[in-house]
Formats: sequence, structure tokens, C-alpha cells
Amino acid sequence: MGYRLGVDVGGTFTDLLLFDTASGAFWRHKTPSTPHDSSEGILNGVTAICDKAGVEAKDIEFFLHGTTVATNAVLEGKGARVGLVTTEGYRHIMQIARSFVPGGLAGWIIWPKPTPLAALEDTVTIKGRMSAEGAEIRPIDDDDIRTALGCLKGQGVEAVTVSLINAYANGAHEQRVGALAAEILPGVPVSLSHEVLPEMQEYERTLTTVANAAVRPVVGKYVSNLRSRLAAAGMAGNLSLLRSDGGLMSAHKAEEQPVNILMSGPAGGVTGALWVARNAGLKNILTLDVGGTSTDVALIENLEPRRQRETEVGHLKVRASALDVKTVGAGGGSIAYVPELTKALRVGPQSAGAVPGPVAYGKGGTLPTVTDANVVLGYLPENLLGGTFQLDREGAKRAVQTIADALGIDLMAAARGIIDIVNENMFGALRMISVQQGYDPRDFALMGFGGAGPLHVNAVARLMGSWPAVSPVSPGVLCALGDATTRMRTETARSFSRLAGSATAEELIGILDEMAAQTRADLIADGVPEAEIATTFEIDVRYAGQAFEVPLTITADVLRADGIAGILARFDAEHHRLFTFNMDTPHEIVNLRAVAMGRALDLPAAELPKGDGNPVAAKMRDHVLWMDGREQAAVIYDRAKLRQGDVIPGPAIVCEMDSTTLIESGCVATVDAVGNILINLK
Amino acid sequence: MPATIVETNHTPFAKIAIDPVTLDIIENALRNARIEMDATLVRTAMSPGIREQGDAFPLIADHSGKMIVGQFGSFIDGFLRGYSGTLEDGDMIFLSDPYSCEGAVSHANDWLVLYPVFKDGRLLAYTAMFGHMSDIGGSVVGSMPIKARSIFEEGVRIPPVKIWKKGEYNDEVIRVIMHQVRKPDWCQADLNAIIASCRVAARRVIEMADRFGDDVYVSATQELLARNHRAMQALIGMAIAEEPVSFEDYICDDGVGQGPYRIKCTMWRENGRVVLDFAGTDPQSSASINFYLNENMFKMFFGIYMIMVFDPQILFNDGFYDLIDVRIPEGSLLKPKFPAALSGRTHALGRIFDILGGLLGQKTPEFLNAAGFSSSPHLFYSGNDTRPGKGGEWFQLFQIGFGGIPGRPMGDGPDGHSLWPGFTNVPNEFLERYFPMIIERYECEPDSGGAGLHRGGNGIRMTYRFLADGTISIHDDRWFVPPWGVNGGEPGKRARKIIEKPDGSQVIVGNKVEELAVSAGDQLHFITWGGGGWGDPLERDPALVGKEIVQGLITAEGAREYGVVANAGGTVDLAATAALRAELRAGRGALPLFNFGPGIDALRAGCLAETGLPAPVQPVWPLAVAAE
Repeated sequence: MGYRLGVDVGGTFTDLLLFDTASGAFWRHKTPSTPHDSSEGILNGVTAICDKAGVEAKDIEFFLHGTTVATNAVLEGKGARVGLVTTEGYRHIMQIARSFVPGGLAGWIIWPKPTPLAALEDTVTIKGRMSAEGAEIRPIDDDDIRTALGCLKGQGVEAVTVSLINAYANGAHEQRVGALAAEILPGVPVSLSHEVLPEMQEYERTLTTVANAAVRPVVGKYVSNLRSRLAAAGMAGNLSLLRSDGGLMSAHKAEEQPVNILMSGPAGGVTGALWVARNAGLKNILTLDVGGTSTDVALIENLEPRRQRETEVGHLKVRASALDVKTVGAGGGSIAYVPELTKALRVGPQSAGAVPGPVAYGKGGTLPTVTDANVVLGYLPENLLGGTFQLDREGAKRAVQTIADALGIDLMAAARGIIDIVNENMFGALRMISVQQGYDPRDFALMGFGGAGPLHVNAVARLMGSWPAVSPVSPGVLCALGDATTRMRTETARSFSRLAGSATAEELIGILDEMAAQTRADLIADGVPEAEIATTFEIDVRYAGQAFEVPLTITADVLRADGIAGILARFDAEHHRLFTFNMDTPHEIVNLRAVAMGRALDLPAAELPKGDGNPVAAKMRDHVLWMDGREQAAVIYDRAKLRQGDVIPGPAIVCEMDSTTLIESGCVATVDAVGNILINLK
Repeated sequence: MPATIVETNHTPFAKIAIDPVTLDIIENALRNARIEMDATLVRTAMSPGIREQGDAFPLIADHSGKMIVGQFGSFIDGFLRGYSGTLEDGDMIFLSDPYSCEGAVSHANDWLVLYPVFKDGRLLAYTAMFGHMSDIGGSVVGSMPIKARSIFEEGVRIPPVKIWKKGEYNDEVIRVIMHQVRKPDWCQADLNAIIASCRVAARRVIEMADRFGDDVYVSATQELLARNHRAMQALIGMAIAEEPVSFEDYICDDGVGQGPYRIKCTMWRENGRVVLDFAGTDPQSSASINFYLNENMFKMFFGIYMIMVFDPQILFNDGFYDLIDVRIPEGSLLKPKFPAALSGRTHALGRIFDILGGLLGQKTPEFLNAAGFSSSPHLFYSGNDTRPGKGGEWFQLFQIGFGGIPGRPMGDGPDGHSLWPGFTNVPNEFLERYFPMIIERYECEPDSGGAGLHRGGNGIRMTYRFLADGTISIHDDRWFVPPWGVNGGEPGKRARKIIEKPDGSQVIVGNKVEELAVSAGDQLHFITWGGGGWGDPLERDPALVGKEIVQGLITAEGAREYGVVANAGGTVDLAATAALRAELRAGRGALPLFNFGPGIDALRAGCLAETGLPAPVQPVWPLAVAAE
């Protein structure tokens, strides 16, 4: 057995986690990111972590990587110049989009409309038409197509997307355009909508295909650069990237379908939480990933994270599977303010970001942030363990005092108010993925990670009634941990769109088997041994006429045994759970999906030495903090010195290199066998 | 007699001082509950009007019926005044008759559910939602008969009834109602969805009261209302003058040959309050374009516009209502007398927003938007699907179209977008999959947006090719009186509808037509209006004008409205452009604040030649006195 290296490149830091698959031991490292060329920071990190572990780069068998390179290309509009070929009469498909204007009544007055991802001047149309049933209504014309492609060539496009009306039902016309494009624009990558997303809804299919084409050259360049630099450093292992849905895909595959890695970053935290949960003996987890400007939350039920069929990047909703991660603009850098007109206390979504950052960081920030409130209250001690800078508590106090003055309350009440509001915003996001989906949060544990998650997890767990509140091992590099410990995955989907009454189980199994064969072939091509591949199916069902489908996971055997009726009964139960009623309306089977996964890795965590329950050996010093409306005595502990079984009564603070865990009064924490801190009500 | 509220616990809520943090937490939780109402609705509704297009409106009110979160403001006090029954724990009210709720819903297609939320024997809150049903029976498919002369022709009309009575479901009344409609499956699903939304919100309210205490919750709602009152008072003092300003605009016609109908509003500040007076608005129509405008709803529209124009950060509620006095003459187009027909009220509803914009922006042209909010165009298509294999199955489509967003202080108006909150278009592949039609074209109509420094958004040209014989109905406006431009911007182009036969011959049809027979193979070109332009078009960057020619958003001919000389390939002749702009500047006077086009008389005179349709004739009201 060898080593797996997880690498997560964030805006400020590149996190690395090296995992010894034999012993479960791991090493972690944080190094500044190098935005001009991320591979530089990665290489620095690889060298450092290999030194720490005493291994050589060539010992690393798998290099597993979560990256925001595709996300940023979309958000910053730095994707390739994409030419779009669509059907005559639909030239403005990207301009009109779904006609939706956000912001409620009169929201149009202040809405800045984004420009389309494929520019209108780079959009051309061709003759020829398919029907919704996939029959040809009018033929295409090669000369017409050549003219259109010639026009795109003249415009200097860097990638070509073909998205024709009803191509999801018959892709023959798109294929011909693709063939001619290869001839007329040699070397320019071509994406066909019926291959990227064979589903109904022309705008979503086109947008997804265009987004894929736009980020392809960026991701391709990134991957090949990374690959050659790693090779130069002596690493010969497999290079895989984390998909938005929490599975891994080979770097080669990611270059072809980068639309699947748009939410690679946040997915890492969720897969990391999954690994922690397994080792902590927890099955149901709500995740709370608190960063500088935002917080990501997700739900894991029975060790399976919830997925959704859409990936949201900025204002764009792309049809690609992703973990159902909700983001709220509340983080350590969120700025508190009191608007003149309403005298309300608002926190975020404006953020001080990394620069100038919170006042307490002393980098020029002047506006009060959540971090400053944490410093004022004593939740973030002044001299962080292993931290290289001193926190400016006096500066933080001055900033928070401006809020206290505007509200006419005292300093500590204002600081705690800021914390309460930001916790409430996180609580709102967690409710969206739990209560509003029909889940009872009391059946879940809440896991806080990212730089500030362990600071807020106890208070938010109290709001949710989700216990224990978990501060996992290495909360600051959990994304990298997730990258290192998840499995290969791929999937394919097709529109079915028929009433359930007109379909048979055998018919569905026939189609699903065909799709399964395709996904297995994909994984085999990525080097996964055939014997290790597991396949599951998903069937999307709704009442005919509804817009919302419920995805149901099923195997061929169960489908054969229970028939269509079995699926429909499960749908009715799920619909009732979500919406409290069922209907007599016929059911419609909307989409079919096949998912193939590589072997689930059995990667145990290393155990801590056993203690006697008394954490005194880890005590750093006594401390005073402000909680429940008064000053209270507390103790600060060094996480590295805690042993399994240690019991820590609140209020207390546990410090480590890159994170701080706050245990509130009225609560008590225990350290589990592998070092996770589990907080419960006393 | 007003409604009797039956409470078993008579302890009044205690007024408790609320700290600002708790207040903000409760406000935030209420906002989330309202978002959850929307989500529940669109996931479970079935008619394309609600599930794809989002034509529905939620509300959470305090125990006295004032809206705390929502969109269109509360109508509950009006309902309570008019309802003579009791309201008890476990009751849920269902209604659709505009005349029984002072216009809380403004046509019978909107079904409203009102749910009083009781906790421990006390009325704690109300939740409510209404949504547009695709068909409620009556004389035409879609239940919006243009030619109706009374509400009795417009389908089932539901007075306030208890759909749930002390926890018992009233199955019989629902059976009676569903018996009247053409699409009971859609109506039932949409009604279920509305009920589920109200229940979700009620559950959230009760959870909040459990968490904070009933007294804290109720006190917080009162403080939220008070906070809004203070904010709006400040805004009114800043933005509304004591000197009256007036604005008027028109509904083009009533669908039976008369028009245009004038809507006029005058606004001034008096003793710290705003008066909005609709004196001068034309009397009610004998057809169905009347809009029963609820005064509270108009207060909310006014408040939202104030907020969006001057300070978008505020969350709005009903707290400011007593700062606004809305006066609508009885018997006018906006307060018709029973049993006037109401189903075609969408045009006047839309026009109200243009009037608000014109009123509020007059004294502050830098905040002024052009016109475009000119109703929401509807298409109905129904028949039996006679294609092979379809078994002659009945189909009916109700679709809302979109036009151009007006030119704005912040920039161009988006092309082909929705001015209504939350609305989206229906995917054309969805239409082709489920209805006998092919959508041959779905593109911007070039040059339809009014020229300006900030161009008005273009309307959409949508071409339907029908694959089965059937009938269509069209409801649209702004075909006769154009959407005005502002600050020197030009008006947008008007709406048009054309039927093209398989032999290529074309017939111009009206913008309010009913039950028009179409044959398989016919095409309908459904062209919507463009938004008005903002600012001097001669100031627009010629390079941008050239680029938009390449993009198909304007034509070389249309570029001349910007004083730009360019060829069809978008290449701008800079010298010729400079010359043309100089010539145009010399030949025009001072730029007007509003550009309404040539005026009603000239529009009438040129109507047939310009639109292909005869001009509407001046309405006469033999039975009504002018509403003054």
C-alpha cells in the first residue's frame, strides 16, 4: 500500500494532506497559494509535506485534487471564447435565457443583466430541424453549415459548441455539424449538446454545453501544466480531480468534461466530513464549512450526501450533478453594520475578505467583522498557537464599539449580537437543507470545519438541536482530507419523459443496463479494475404535470422484484414526506441515470493514545471570556496534546495550528478514539 | 358585519421590549419562511402558469392581518370587514371572488387561501397565498373572455368559504367547484400546492413563537411594522413634494373596439402623508379590462417602488400603510361596480407600474425609468390533438409572454425579460413535447426597444406553427399607445400579431382576439412590445450600435435612430455618423422629459397604415358619469 495525497487549492492557502493507507497516519500542511500559477504553491507543499512524513514524491500513488480553476474561469469570465451553433430562429437563446429577473417586484430597476457566456456575435444559426419525437422535420444543408462555421472561424473562436433544438431526442444533426467543424476549424475543441447533456430544455442544455466548452481550454492547460510539474518532481502516480458530486474523475476525463468539476472546492469538505463521520461512528451529519466570506452547508444521511441535478456558479445554473451544498454570505470576514434608515443590525454579505481583512488581523481593516466580535468576546485568544501574528484585540474593540454606539448597547452585547446574527444566518442555510427538505435536524450531528467552523459549531448546534457538535480532526484541511479519501465516480443521464403506466420494468432495465455499460467503460478507461466497479441506478419520478422530480436510487434486482409499482410507492412516500400530500394523478418517469463508482476505500483513522478522562495535560492556560451575558473563567487547551477519552467541560477553548474550537458553557466535550471533539449538552 | 374571531384564550399578548438582535433574527426567519412558501408551491403545482411561470403570491401577516413579509401587501383587514362568519382554530378560508374581498384578488382566476394560525387558543398570525388557475370554466377556454359583459361569464366565482372547518375538510364544496372547471386536475394540484405553502409557513410561525415566546414573537412583528413606518416616513419626506404631480397613461383598447382608456394619478404630500388620487381615470369598461385595484395593494406597490428607486436595502411590510392615502373613484376602470367583468385586468395592472414610475421619477429624472411594464401578453391555444397516435386528446395551453424591459438609469433594458417577479418563460422544447406545435422562432425583435443612450429592451418574436386545428385567444396591449421614452429616449415599438397561412399569405390579427380558429400548418407571429429608451440616443457609442447590428439586436436602418450610419455588417461610417448626428441635433428642440410618441389623435389617424388594424374608437359611457 502507498500514499494518497489530497490537495485543495483555496484563495489564500493551499492545503495538503498526506495519508498513509496502511497505517491511517496522516500529515497535514498549509502553504500560501500562488494564484499566478497554482502548481507552484502545490509543489512547495508537496516538498514540505514529503519532508515532514519522510517519504519521497515517487511514493505517492494517488494525487487527488480539488480545484476552483473551472469555477473561477466562469466567475471571472476568463473562459475561452466560445462560438455557438444553434437552430435557425434561436439565435438569441443565451440572450433571452429564461426571461427571469431576480429581486422581486421592481427588481428589474436595479438588476445588472450579465452578458451571455457565448457572445451573440459568436452565435450563428443553421437550417434543419428535429421534432420533439426525434424525427427530422427539415434536413440540414452542408453548405449552410460550412458558411456558419466559416463565420465562427473568422470571429476567432477558441471553442465551438453545437446545441440544436430537440437534439436531446436525436443528435444526428449535431453530429454532422461536429464533423464539419473538425474539418473547418481543425484543432478547435467541439462540444455537442446531446453528448454533454442529453436532456430536454434548450436553454439549460445549451448553457451547460457552452459552460463546458468555455472552461475546457483553461482546465486543459491547468492540468497539463500541473502534470508536467509533478512529473518533474518525480511523481508518477495517478492524477485525479474531485467532481462537484463528491466523486473523483481522472484528470484526463476532467479535461473533456470540466463542467463536472465546477463545484469541486466545496465538495471536498463534504467528502472529508464523510470520512470523519465514518470514523466517529456517526451516520447523519449536517456540515458547516465556515470560511472568510461565506459558509457552505450540506446534509449527509446514512453516510450518503444529498446530491442535486444542478450546479450553481454565480448567476449560472448548469445541469451537472453536484452535492447539494448551499452557500450563505456569512463568514469570519463578514462586516457588521447598522443602516441609518432602519437602525437594524446587519452582518454580511459584504466581507472584508483576506485584504484588508478583520481589524484584529492588523492588515489595514477598519470595519468590524465577525472575527473581531469573536476576538472581543475572548473566543479567539490573542496569541494563536502556531500562529505567526498577534491579534489586535484593542483594534477589534474599537471597531465593535461603533456598532454598540449605533445600537445604544454595550460593547459585549454588541459583539455577542454580531455572533448571534451570523449564527442565525448559518442556521437559516442549514434549515433550507434539512427542515425544508423534510429532515428533522435533531436526527443529525453538526460538524463544523474550515477556518472558523469549530468556533461557531457549538452555538449553531444549540439552535438546530443537532447533537453532538463535532470539531473533526484537522478541521482546517478537511477539504484536502476529503480529496484524499473519496472514490472514483461517473454517471450518465437520459430523458425518458413517459407516463409510468406505459413503461415496464424490463424496458427500464434494458435502457439502464446500456447506460451502466457506458459508465463502467468510462471508469475502466480511467484505470479502475472492472471487478471493483459498483453500479447504481436513479429514476426521477413526479406526478405528471409537476415540475419537480424526486430522484429514487434503485438496483436492477429490486426493480425486477418490485416492478414499477415499487418505485411509485417509494415516490408517494417521499412526496408525502416533502409536501404532506399525495395525488391521484398518474406518475411520470422523467429521467434515468446510471452511476458507476470505484471501490470504497477502507481508510481507518489513526488512534490517539488513551487518556484517563482528565485533559489537564493539554492545558495551556486559564482564560476569561464573555458568555451568557457575563464574564466567565475558561481554560485553553492544546489540541495536539489531547488523548482519547478526555472530557472537557465548557466554557473552554481548544487551539491548534489553523483552527480554534469553542466549547460553550452548559456543554461538555469528549475526545473520541481518533481525535474528533464531540460536544454535547451537559 | 365583520368576521368574528373565536379565541379560547383571551389573554392579550403582552408588549415586550425587543432587543435589536432578536428583532433581526425574527425578521430573517420570517423572510426564510416566505422563501419556503414559494419553493413548496413551484415544486408541487401542475399548471404551467404556476409551475413554469411562477404566477403566485405569498404572504405572512401578523395577528391583526398586517403583512410582515410578502409581495402584494395585505388585504386581510378588508376581508375581515366583509366576511360575516367566524374564524376558529382549524379553519382555512378559500375564495376567488374579487367583489367579496375588496379586490384582494383582482380576477376570479386567482384562487386565494387564507389560513389563520392559532396557538394555544389565540390567533397568532395569518398565512395566505393566491395563484392564477389556468382554467376556471366559463364561456371560453382559459376563463378570460375578452367580450364578457359581467363576471358571471368568467367562470366559477368562489365567495369566502371554509375549505377546512375546525380541522374538517370540506370535500363537498371542492367537488362543486372542480365540477365547473375544464382542468380539474391542474386546479386540484395547484390548490393543494397553495394549501401546502400556507401550512408550511404556519408551521414556521409557530416554531418561532415556541422558540422566542408568543409575546416576544408578536411584539417583534409590531416592531418590524414600526421600523418600516419610520423608514418610509423618512423616504417620503425626502422624495415626495407637497406640490402635486400628475401622470397619465392608457390601456389601448377593450377588445371590443373602444379605446384608449385613460388612467390618471396625481400625487402630493400633505401633513407628512402621501396622497395618491386617481381622479380623472376613465369610467369602467363594459368589457373585461376592468381592474379592481385594492387600495392596500397599491400602497404596497408604491412602497416597493419607493424602496427600489431610492433605497433597495429595506425589507418592506405593511407598517407604512397609514402614511399613504389612496383615492380611487367608484365606478372607474380601477374600481368598477359589481357585476362588471374583470378577467382581462392584466393590462391595467401592468400599466399601474408605468404610472408609478412616471409619478415618482418626475422630480428626480436621474431615478426615472422609461415605460415597458405594459401588461403580460397571454396566448391561449386549445383543441383536440389530431396528429396520428395522439387519439384526439384535448389540450389547452395558457402561456405568458415577455417583452422589453425599459431603459434604466443604470443601463440598457434587458431584451425579452420579465417585469413580473419570479416569472420565467416556458422552455420551447417543453411546449413541443406536450402540445401540437413547433416553435419556429424565438428571438428578439430588432429595433423594437426604444432608442436611447440606454436602449429599451427588445420585445420577442415568437413564431408558433400549429400542428392541430384549434382555437387561439390573444390578450396583449401597447399595440396602439407606445411605451414612452424618458430623458430624451424614444418610445419602444408596439406589439403586433400576424397569422401566416401555409401559402405564405399574412393576416394581421388584433392584440385582443378571442376564439380565433387556426388550422394545422398555420403560423402565428406573436410579437411583443419593446421597452422605452432612456436618455439621448445621439449620445450612444456608435461602436456599440455597430456591435448590436452584428448581434441582430438592431438593424442598419434602426441605427439611424441613434444617428449612426452603418452597413448591415455593423461597420460604422464615422464621418457620415458625425454629419447625421449634427443634422439631427440641429433639427430638434429641447429633449422632452417624457416622449409619448405623436399623441392619441395622430396615433388614431395613422393607426390602420402603421399597425394594419383600425383605430379604436373613443369610448362612450352612456350609463356612467365621468369619474371625478
